[in-house]
Amino acid sequence: MNPNAFAAAPVASPHAHGGGSVARTMRHVQLALLPATLHGFWLYGWPSFLLWLLTILACVGWEALALRLAGGRRVGAVLHDGSALLTGWLLAMTLPPWAPWWVAVVGGFIAIVVGKQVFGGLGQNVFNPAMVARVALLVSFPLPLTQWVAPLAQPAPGFVDALQRFLGGAPVPDAMTSATLLGHARTELSRGVDLMQVLAGAPPSSLSWLGERAGSFGEAGALLLLAGGGYLLAVGVIRWHAPFAVLAGLAVPAAIAHAVDPARYLDAGSHLLSGAAMLGAFFIATDYVTSPSTVPGRLLFGAGVGLLTWIIRSWGGYPEGMAFAVLLMNALTPTIDRCVRPRILGRDRRGRPLDLPPGSPRQ
Amino acid sequence: MGILTTFKDWFGNDWGVHPDDRKRPAADAAVRVMPVPERLWLPLQQHLGAPARPVVLVGQRVKKGQLLAEAQGAVSAPVHAPTSGTVAAIAEITAPHPSGLTLPAIVVDADGADEWGERVGCADPFALAPDEIGRRVAAAGVVGLGGAAFPSSVKLAGAARAGVATLIVNGSECEPYLSCDDRLMRDAAAAIVDGIRIMRHASGAARVLVGIEDNKPEALAAMAAAAASCAEIRVCRVPARYPMGSEKQLIQALSGIEVPADSRPADVGVIVHNVGTALAVRAAIRDGQPLISRLLTVNGGCVVAPGNIEVRLGTLAADVLAFAGGLHGDGLGLARRLLGGPMMGMQIPHWRVPVVKGTSGILALAADEAAAGDADPCIRCASCVRACPVGLLPLEMSARIRNDALDAAAALGLADCIACGCCAYVCPSRIPLVQYFQHAKGELAARERARLRTDATRKLAAQRQERLAREASEKAAAAARRKAERAAQQSAAEKLVQGEPA
Ligand code: SF4
Ligand code: SF4
Repeated sequence: MNPNAFAAAPVASPHAHGGGSVARTMRHVQLALLPATLHGFWLYGWPSFLLWLLTILACVGWEALALRLAGGRRVGAVLHDGSALLTGWLLAMTLPPWAPWWVAVVGGFIAIVVGKQVFGGLGQNVFNPAMVARVALLVSFPLPLTQWVAPLAQPAPGFVDALQRFLGGAPVPDAMTSATLLGHARTELSRGVDLMQVLAGAPPSSLSWLGERAGSFGEAGALLLLAGGGYLLAVGVIRWHAPFAVLAGLAVPAAIAHAVDPARYLDAGSHLLSGAAMLGAFFIATDYVTSPSTVPGRLLFGAGVGLLTWIIRSWGGYPEGMAFAVLLMNALTPTIDRCVRPRILGRDRRGRPLDLPPGSPRQ
Repeated sequence: MGILTTFKDWFGNDWGVHPDDRKRPAADAAVRVMPVPERLWLPLQQHLGAPARPVVLVGQRVKKGQLLAEAQGAVSAPVHAPTSGTVAAIAEITAPHPSGLTLPAIVVDADGADEWGERVGCADPFALAPDEIGRRVAAAGVVGLGGAAFPSSVKLAGAARAGVATLIVNGSECEPYLSCDDRLMRDAAAAIVDGIRIMRHASGAARVLVGIEDNKPEALAAMAAAAASCAEIRVCRVPARYPMGSEKQLIQALSGIEVPADSRPADVGVIVHNVGTALAVRAAIRDGQPLISRLLTVNGGCVVAPGNIEVRLGTLAADVLAFAGGLHGDGLGLARRLLGGPMMGMQIPHWRVPVVKGTSGILALAADEAAAGDADPCIRCASCVRACPVGLLPLEMSARIRNDALDAAAALGLADCIACGCCAYVCPSRIPLVQYFQHAKGELAARERARLRTDATRKLAAQRQERLAREASEKAAAAARRKAERAAQQSAAEKLVQGEPA
């Protein structure tokens, strides 16, 4: 008989495992992000590729450094789970496609070091690291974070050109900039122009389903993100509750407000396809670590994210509110998890044993 | 049920897991009967409750079916000789337990004659009084053969007392790899139905629900055919989902009754017995045969010829495996030795462990079948929450236990955990959740015992204090009384002296 097996300490049951792993989950999510990412490369060219690459490298690099400094011996194994890579990827999706190099590096630092390692690493953070970085960047560097390059801008920079622009941090030439739909609507509204006129004058592609429009790197690929979300649902990496609640929380108030006052409020479709709605619903609100662990909790969380996003978009100081909404709900997650618990079999919601059913012998 | 279940699943009520069941091809192979080995080891404790007390002497000759050790106490079960032979010793053998500790066992050397002792059967069990059936079942040492090994007679008698309405027969066999119940239902459906009717008579139940998972179509068909003539027995198809065979889950799936957390099934009018137990009850009543053998599954990637084997109790797992053709490459690829199924079964340190009444399977798992690997941090994916059939929060409980906050874990419902292993099975970080929970339960139980002990000590001390105080005050009172008496006598004497009448 195998002498090694003899020496092994007894292992507790179960002795079978379903085969899932953190790395496998992360791979699925990366696969789901791929179509929208490639679409983004096509729309925004080399600068967006460089930004995407550096954001990911920065996150992985900061993670490795943080683990090394913390004296962790399993640096390789921890990096292997792919969570830092995913954080970087998600952050890149929310950045302006032509943002300069230091945005990627600073963003990676905020996401990984401030947003995650300070809390104790994977699984310990309260806030979604990518959203922490996104908000911190926006608040600290409003200008480069709100410079949107027009999709398929001509002349498209070659690789060397793009590299120079990326490293030099030159602003996007005026001729190439464009406003996002949400940004445009907000500016015009604040000038007293009502939305009917604004949208009548906007280029029709601003809402085209193919998404050739200005916005963050992942914004235009909203439908591809939706497809990616469908893939994650199909392979069971995420469940439908949180995304559904986010989209409903955003669309329902939007539809009502739009019906009441179309001159003042955007319609539900524009809300769903703009900004980070799809990314937020399927990739951010489903973040395991920072969202509640029960089904009702997730419905509540998602609805909160959607509703807050709509409120910030409609009345807040920023045209896009997904990141803020996510952070606010992240802060509520521990409370939601404490208050919303599944009912234990044989007990009522408050943990007391159920009464015997009528007609039981022992009544 | 279909639409409602789907609807409930949609909203998160989809407890349990769907492990790869790996029951075939072992389940499809014909049952083999293992010859009696030369030596049998019969632990005195093969059941839940108090161990049995030996009633034979070393060197004594015994017949097959003769009583070796008698039940002790209200919850206990006797042990009988599985074959004729000589009591060679009363010695220690490795217990069927992961600790590898030893248990006292009666060692019987077979004489090869396999000669029955006296048996008292009964041609018409339905003419017997229910409590007489219970007595005979108890005397035959029948315990639950699904794995828990709870004495069956205790359950039957309790059911009759409580007046249960429903007898549920568990043929779900939800553990992967195991197929002995499946095989029994396919091969002996008529006898099982007969056993079920006897149990129904003994328990006084009005109706019988037999639950069989839908991954066993042959067993479902055979049982349905055998029970067709009995209006009171309904054979029900239940979805294959682990842990469907767990008592409270099966009761809910079949009858819709949710057993309250602090109650037993009998309190809501239900008892649950396993199909193998029905067969053992029938043998005990009709033929007067005690429980001396059982069908078990030998399976796993390392086993040369997996299948179901009828084995005398007390046979060493090593002998069973040898009979089943041994292990591939002489056990070179063996990763884990198990008794029972992979979800709740236990690891054993070596194969020199005897088959006992509750041994439903012997598994020799290869490395690619056995869960292994280092635990990663919890990513809060909540897969465990979804899988838990009880509605617990395994991630929160394990986090509390890791921080040594056992009371906080208990407040989250730790005591309701049935150790089914669904949570650990799905955990992508491979956190040994069940190990945490079992450890914490053990620790809490130890604390409780310690608390009771200190309470008892404190009470004794208080009683002693009280007694001392009482004695002291009694002494003082007596002294005062004596003093008073003396004073009274004195004054009386003085008065006498003064010439006054006393
Ligand atoms: S399944 Fe494992 S990793 Fe996921 S929440 Fe539960 S304990 Fe954490
Ligand atoms: S072992 Fe306990 S906590 Fe885990 S799934 Fe089973 S009942 Fe739930």
